[in-house]
Amino acid sequence: MFESRLNVMKFAIALLAGPQDPAARSALSFAQAALDGGHQISRLFFYRDAVHLASDLAVQPQDESDIAREWREFISSNELDAVVCIAAALRRGVLNEAEASRWERPVANSGQPWVLSGLGQWVDAMQSADRAVTFGS
Amino acid sequence: MAADLKSLLVISRHPPAAQAAREALDLALAAAAFGVPVSLLFLDSGVMQLLKGQESALIKQKSLTANLKALPIFGVEDLFVCQHSLSERGLQSNQLLLPAKPVEGAEIAALLEQYDQVVTL
Repeated sequence: MFESRLNVMKFAIALLAGPQDPAARSALSFAQAALDGGHQISRLFFYRDAVHLASDLAVQPQDESDIAREWREFISSNELDAVVCIAAALRRGVLNEAEASRWERPVANSGQPWVLSGLGQWVDAMQSADRAVTFGS
Repeated sequence: MAADLKSLLVISRHPPAAQAAREALDLALAAAAFGVPVSLLFLDSGVMQLLKGQESALIKQKSLTANLKALPIFGVEDLFVCQHSLSERGLQSNQLLLPAKPVEGAEIAALLEQYDQVVTL
């Protein structure tokens, strides 16, 4: 038992590609497999077009999968730290209540479980994890 | 935290139309600001970022030149550029605005071995 505990790894996972890119699903499958395998995810980081996943406004046709919803549920049910790059998010119109108010925008389209924060969070995650894995480009 | 890991960023997007180019440099500067040793390898169309004399203002884009020139100030001193990518685009290393060391295929493989983390942007 003790032996197997030694093999538990802390993963930092970054996603760069948007919801339409297959990488968004690969990253989710990988993250799920990591947890299923008894590993830990110290942080998820969403950069570039991946920040669109944090928007609550996208609507998918009923017979198509909703990758943003799947990510949201995965993050919430596993209580993961999901950081969205704030600069990339603002540029692409993904704003939580605080940012919508700060920049005087009429609506916020993001919130729990996503956290808007800086690139330093990714740097920090890469430094402290046993493995840092990046999906998409 | 243990001793800082060495990171290599591989930059493969061309400037300045791709927001990706700026976002790759932003990560390099953020890492450097945190004191993480970072090197950069410019590869594929990423080598175009290093080309001198770009007038990004003509297409209403902000120039990346200032960010690139800030790299040594932030402690990012090891800059590499893929020789093959340069040749493919008819470029020579004297046309670059930063002194990046040209590396060939086999050298790139050896280079990647030296880093704890490799991030491609």
